[in-house]
Amino acid sequence: MLRFILRRILLILPVLIGMTIIMFVIARVLPGDPVGLAAGPNATRAEIEALAREFGLDQPLWVQYWTYLSGLVQGDFGTSLFSRRPVATDLAAYLPATLELVFSALLLAILVGIPAGLMAAVWRNKWPDYLSNILSVAAISMPRFFLGLLLQLCFAMWLMWLPLGGRFPIIFDPPPGVTGFYTIDSIIAGDWDSFWTALRYLALPAIAMSLSPLATILRMMRASTIEVMHQDYVTTARALGLSPRLIVFKYVLRNAISSSLTVIGLYFGWLLGGTVLVETVFDWPGIGLYATSAIVSQDFMPVVSVALVIGVLFVTANIVIDVLYGLINPKVRYQ
Amino acid sequence: MTALLDIRDLHLSMHSFEGAAKVLSGVSLSVEKRQIWGLVGETGCGKSLTGLSVSRLVRTPPAEYTGGQILLDGTDVLGLSEPQMRALRGRRVGMIFQDPTTNLNPAFRIGTQLMDVALAAAKHDPAILGLQPGAGRRARKQAARKLAIAMLTEVGIPAAESRLDDYPHQFSGGMRQRVLIAMALIGRPDLLIADEPTTALDVSVQAQILTLLKQMVAAHDMGVVLITHNLGVVAQTCTHVAVMYAGTIVEKGPIEAVLADPAHPYTQALLRAIPDRSVKRGQLQGLAGAVPNLIHPPPGCRFAPRCALARPSCLEGPPPVHTRAPDHAVACPVVKEVQNA
Repeated sequence: MLRFILRRILLILPVLIGMTIIMFVIARVLPGDPVGLAAGPNATRAEIEALAREFGLDQPLWVQYWTYLSGLVQGDFGTSLFSRRPVATDLAAYLPATLELVFSALLLAILVGIPAGLMAAVWRNKWPDYLSNILSVAAISMPRFFLGLLLQLCFAMWLMWLPLGGRFPIIFDPPPGVTGFYTIDSIIAGDWDSFWTALRYLALPAIAMSLSPLATILRMMRASTIEVMHQDYVTTARALGLSPRLIVFKYVLRNAISSSLTVIGLYFGWLLGGTVLVETVFDWPGIGLYATSAIVSQDFMPVVSVALVIGVLFVTANIVIDVLYGLINPKVRYQ
Repeated sequence: MTALLDIRDLHLSMHSFEGAAKVLSGVSLSVEKRQIWGLVGETGCGKSLTGLSVSRLVRTPPAEYTGGQILLDGTDVLGLSEPQMRALRGRRVGMIFQDPTTNLNPAFRIGTQLMDVALAAAKHDPAILGLQPGAGRRARKQAARKLAIAMLTEVGIPAAESRLDDYPHQFSGGMRQRVLIAMALIGRPDLLIADEPTTALDVSVQAQILTLLKQMVAAHDMGVVLITHNLGVVAQTCTHVAVMYAGTIVEKGPIEAVLADPAHPYTQALLRAIPDRSVKRGQLQGLAGAVPNLIHPPPGCRFAPRCALARPSCLEGPPPVHTRAPDHAVACPVVKEVQNA
């Protein structure tokens, strides 16, 4: 098992290096004048050149890349042309917010999607199945940002149950940072008021992001459950007197869940890359918002770094999924 | 004395888009303890449905029982509710199916699967685990584990205790079928339905599994219905045989009687179709024609359209059953006349 994981990690190294090359080159060959933009409209030619020299942008591309790569190994993601802050510092501030959002959305999708899919399969062609079918088609076909706006309109504007946007009220201090997830940090600090507040702010964006994976997981789970329920070993289990509850929740569930795992892994990447819109709609201070502002000002170091971080997280998530496959299906193990 | 299993005039229809197929029409079979009944017939003749019906595992709909009874120790299982049925499955009736590679759940250790069956059976009969009623969860689990080890040892799995934590894919086909036999018998059923238990195995393993089945029947005083299309398996294993054709039993009786003196034209044709060393190449006699459409079955004897001895009266009504020798029954009037003539 350990060897399997190590091998997977070694295999992703070339993927990551390739990714840095592509991102680095693309960011620099794009039309535009980031240095001029950063220096300001009234900068003289000499000032612009001085700025370019300061950031090493007068060097040949491969030297720049080498400097970037050797910095990366030491945890240095470069410096923003605009704020002059190290990108690593910014990432440390914004990434937890995005991860909290993505993990909550995924958790919600799993916790609701899997049991609901199982139920839809058990009550196939009865009303719970039809209902889940209609709702999941609606959830899949609605764009996330639109869904976000609808949720805001409904729950923040009309009902006024939840805040419109943001991550935490500005007038209060967020819980002391341990993980950077406000919900978890407030639990660690034992501060239930903060937890409740953080959860209220998290609710709408998390729901907006979760509905599409939820619906997909539900449909996957339904289909694979139906398939598994026709397997011979289910007939045998029935023939030998096991209760339907035991058969569905123990024997069928574990066999049916692996196809959903694949979807969960894919959706993790999809959600990470797709936070931009939802973070914009909900004014959520995550890497999506950070990347958007960097793209607009052609500040390429943050852009490259965000892409790289998303890539690393996506690849890691898929290793985790592979390990989970092995835990669920013993036949996958040791291969 | 009531028989262990007494199927009386069972009728079953399968509803489909084309209409209702009368897949079982008047199946009667009575099984006593220590009898091994071979249920033979070609694919689609209803032998598996008969077996599944005993545990009520046929989905209704599309199936519908249109008549008859299935008496298990005098109780008609067709009248039982699903929870009542569950109490019988595994504890009164054990089942083994054809393919040992697909009948064990690939994601669970075989110990878990065996123990769950034992625990389910113990819910209705705590004595299976050898415990007092009301024993704790831990005690029940431990007893179930012990029983699983004992069962695996009994079906001939070496080092049973260490194999309890193995997954099905770590066993060979023959070993898996042994595990499935252990699983079917762990609830101490007195009736075992084995649906083609050796068809997916190679010949040498097949012989071992059949020997094991016979040992188990003797050791646990069970009755068995062995469903197969292989007359060789029947000859080797069974005490009695019932031959099915298109949803009816055409001939049944003690194995010696039926094999030595096959009376029904279909049984005779089946026996003629078995290759043997004395038959020269190209001389093996097949059976012409095809199985009748069961949505519109022939009004009389269902075999009549393919039967060499058929006469106009055969097409008129269901053939009367007559007794040829003690317990040897044949559903064909013509044979009787030919014999008497």
